[in-house]
Amino acid sequence: MNGFGFPLLSLIAYTPLIGCVILLFLNKDDHKKIMYTAFGVAIIDMLFSLLLLLGFDSSRADMQFVEKASWIPTLGVEYHFGIDGISLLLILLSTILCAIAIVSSFTAIHERVKEYYVSLLFLQTGMLGVFMSLDLFLFYIFWEIMLVPMYFLIGIWGGGRRLYSAIKFFLYTLFGSLFMLLAILALYFLNRNPAYGTGEFTFNLLELSKMHLPLWPFQFWLFLAFFLGFAVKVPMFPFHTWLPDAHTDAPTAGSVLLAGVLLKMGTYGFVRFCLPLFPAASYYFVPLIAVLSIIGIVYGGLVALAQKDIKRLVAYSSVSHLGFVMLGMFALNPQGITGSVLQMINHGISTGALFLIVGMIYERRHTRLIADFGGLSYQMPIFATFFAITMFSSIGLPGLNGFVGEFLILVGAFQYNKIYAAVALLGIILGAAYMLWLFQRTMFGTLDKAENKNLLDMNRREIAYMVPLIVFMFWIGLYPKPFIQIMEPAVANIVQKVNPDWENKKPMAAEKEKDLIAPAATEPQAAAPTDGVEKP
Amino acid sequence: MTNPMPDLGMIAILPELVLALLACLLFVLVPFVPKEKRDLLGYFSIGALIVSGLLIIPLWGQNVSAFSGMIALDPYALFFKVLFLIIALLVILISFLYLKIERVHLAEYYGLILFATVGMMLMPASSDLLSFYLSLELMSMSFYILAAFMRKDAKSVEAGMKYFLTGVFTSGLILYGIAFLYGATGTTNLKAIQAFLSQANISGSPTLILGLILLTAGFGFKIAAVPFHMWAPDVYEGAPTPVTAFLSAGSKAATLAAMLRVFVSGLSFSYGTWWQFLWVIAVLTMTVGNISALVQTNVKRLLAYSSIAHAGYILIGLIAASRVGLASILIYLVSYIFMTIGAFTMIILLCRFNSRGDQISDFRGLARTHPAVAAAFVLFALSLIGIPPTAGFVGKLFLFNAAIQGGFYWLAIIGILNSTISLYYYFKIVMVMYMEEPQGSTPLSFSPPLTVALGVMAFATLFIGLYPEPLIRAALQSIQLFL
Repeated sequence: MNGFGFPLLSLIAYTPLIGCVILLFLNKDDHKKIMYTAFGVAIIDMLFSLLLLLGFDSSRADMQFVEKASWIPTLGVEYHFGIDGISLLLILLSTILCAIAIVSSFTAIHERVKEYYVSLLFLQTGMLGVFMSLDLFLFYIFWEIMLVPMYFLIGIWGGGRRLYSAIKFFLYTLFGSLFMLLAILALYFLNRNPAYGTGEFTFNLLELSKMHLPLWPFQFWLFLAFFLGFAVKVPMFPFHTWLPDAHTDAPTAGSVLLAGVLLKMGTYGFVRFCLPLFPAASYYFVPLIAVLSIIGIVYGGLVALAQKDIKRLVAYSSVSHLGFVMLGMFALNPQGITGSVLQMINHGISTGALFLIVGMIYERRHTRLIADFGGLSYQMPIFATFFAITMFSSIGLPGLNGFVGEFLILVGAFQYNKIYAAVALLGIILGAAYMLWLFQRTMFGTLDKAENKNLLDMNRREIAYMVPLIVFMFWIGLYPKPFIQIMEPAVANIVQKVNPDWENKKPMAAEKEKDLIAPAATEPQAAAPTDGVEKP
Repeated sequence: MTNPMPDLGMIAILPELVLALLACLLFVLVPFVPKEKRDLLGYFSIGALIVSGLLIIPLWGQNVSAFSGMIALDPYALFFKVLFLIIALLVILISFLYLKIERVHLAEYYGLILFATVGMMLMPASSDLLSFYLSLELMSMSFYILAAFMRKDAKSVEAGMKYFLTGVFTSGLILYGIAFLYGATGTTNLKAIQAFLSQANISGSPTLILGLILLTAGFGFKIAAVPFHMWAPDVYEGAPTPVTAFLSAGSKAATLAAMLRVFVSGLSFSYGTWWQFLWVIAVLTMTVGNISALVQTNVKRLLAYSSIAHAGYILIGLIAASRVGLASILIYLVSYIFMTIGAFTMIILLCRFNSRGDQISDFRGLARTHPAVAAAFVLFALSLIGIPPTAGFVGKLFLFNAAIQGGFYWLAIIGILNSTISLYYYFKIVMVMYMEEPQGSTPLSFSPPLTVALGVMAFATLFIGLYPEPLIRAALQSIQLFL
């Protein structure tokens, strides 16, 4: 339990939902009131989430602030919330980005304002629920619920081919997550088999991760089913095609939340569910995931280079960055996973900021084509400064947040396989190339377009919501210790479960052994119980 | 057959009996009620349903059989009796204004609905193939007339005719199947058939298999399973919309309920044969239903195909035939009636004096003009797809649960692929509602009874999604006698 004496996590998760209900009762033509109410709710929620920091004990690896109650006893479904360091960071990221997303929409959204803020707040509840749930059933509910408001955000307030992008986003994600649902049900039944699990009806993640499943066939197939659910969301290389469309056509706030938080749900899913539930399979599939991640890194970077639309460029850069996150995670050592989680936060901050910047420019010029700009730094110096910092953070310039995350990931990946790390480095170079080139084409050069000559620089509201992001970029870049400290025990816990003897694995040489050792190491454990089933 | 249980006689069918008598009374009253006061007869029929419902209360928890084993009064039958009363109640509530708009506000309509309800209530209670056949006919006859109720509308008459012809053909198949089963086992009583099959090892006998095939085909026609579904889209499109809702919720639920009793309580010893038929039918039904729905522009036809697909999902539960599987059928049916009648109610709302309201384009911009109605439709659509936190999700969860538990992995995978497909066409309507501009400003056909019904259905869809515990318990209790 927590020291606050009341269910703080539920309070944080449902505050936005209460906000939705309040908004429903407001007059739909009173835009100001709606905007400020929504913003107020988001700020209150952010403050609540900061309370978590006060009560959080970062020396413990177990779940904290646990709330547990029986919900559907016949199925063994529990209402079960709890967080560790990894979820805590992502919750803070979500509440902060949501508040920023709401402020950033004040001038961008003029139509159907009420529905818009209702959708945003509803989405926030969904996202927070995902990061808090420790019951697979509850998790699945939040995971799916959040698709609906996102669909409306893209479809109603988006631009371009918004209808196509919205339904594509929905279809892809639903497709993946339904496979995950089947896998969840399969786990549920396997746990009832005393040979593998505790024999209870439960969807409790902590209980289910104590199961001893053999790699073949259970962990193998179940991992793949979960993989499909999460990989679509991340998105990993072959499943990424929805992302550029959704990102490009979503309204600014939608893109910010999509990039900042929604994609993290996929990577969070891997860290929270795939690794502890299927340690042997995670180990077994490392080569597959590493290769897909590296393809994503390089491919995302190359495609980003070729984009004409700024927002699409940023979208493809996400594919590349998320490749890093996955690569670090599946290095399966503390450095890699720490870097991976840190990079989730970094990507949320810097790509969120990039989308905000694109949003500002789009609001002023109603175009996002790179060719329509040039020399903006003369007209908009403050904007150019913010853009530059954000860009460097995204590239991974030392001193800013991106560097720390990428460095840790590469350290992790290097221990696992030098070649992979080397190819991934190529992605960083590509990242510098497309970002610097973008900056050069839009900000430098001559201010030759007539429309660009009267552009206004950032106003106070815009500066106000960019500053916190910039602060975090520097903070994580210069002094990442508090962030790393918070997640350290949780990361150690996961590594312990998945890859306990990571230190003894020699780099390079270990890679070949792994394929042979991994199945063999897990099978003797599992073989005995399998026999037990057949005997009676 | 000797029956150790006391024979309750007429008491066992008291709710149905009273309902039938009140329906007769309604027909008698028709000439005495002036035209402009026909609503009263509608309220009379609602009263009749409530009286029938109250009569169920003293019977609750009984587990006896009556009429020499022809009718069973057990938790399973009672569960469905309540369900059918709710369906009929909802259908009557959404019919009032529609009938006036379509200029067929005749009181016989309510009487026929009551008769169909009596038939439905008796179907799952039939523990003999003959009593089952009789109740099926009572239900079907009422539906033949109801489908053609808009007698000046060519489509409605066509629907009635089509339904009648296929229906009669179906009855023939079922009767023929019953005859074969009788030939193979020497009895029509389900318990006796079960007892016979458990002793004599004749599961491979051609007579039995032929009887099974015919019976499966007959059931298949009634629940509109592929390849016996051809009639459904035309009938659903042509029939008056409340009747379509009644047909797709009530008739389907009643047939599935009866099917479950016949197959599980009577024929479970030939499981090895029939699950394979059903597997093929389920897969075809889901897939064909969903894929055909993709290209529809008429919402009634679209919902007709979706209703076909839903029958396919439900068959998963029967194929698994485990405790979870059987319970999942009950849970899914309850969820299904709320969401499907809810979806049809949208078409009724859109049916105004100047427009039929059954094209997808008629939904244009509904979210602007009527946000609450649009939100309710989104809720029903999410439920039909099976996205939490709605009733449909709980239903699908149980069905997939049963499939996984029984090892029918492919069935589960085909099921989820189909759910993904269904997202596309349901959200085609949602997209039109939310993302296109409204046109015209004719008000929707709201009436107080319809608003109540819509509210109840939306609430039930959400409530079952958030707290399914009571429903799950009730379902598990009801199927206890088959285990």
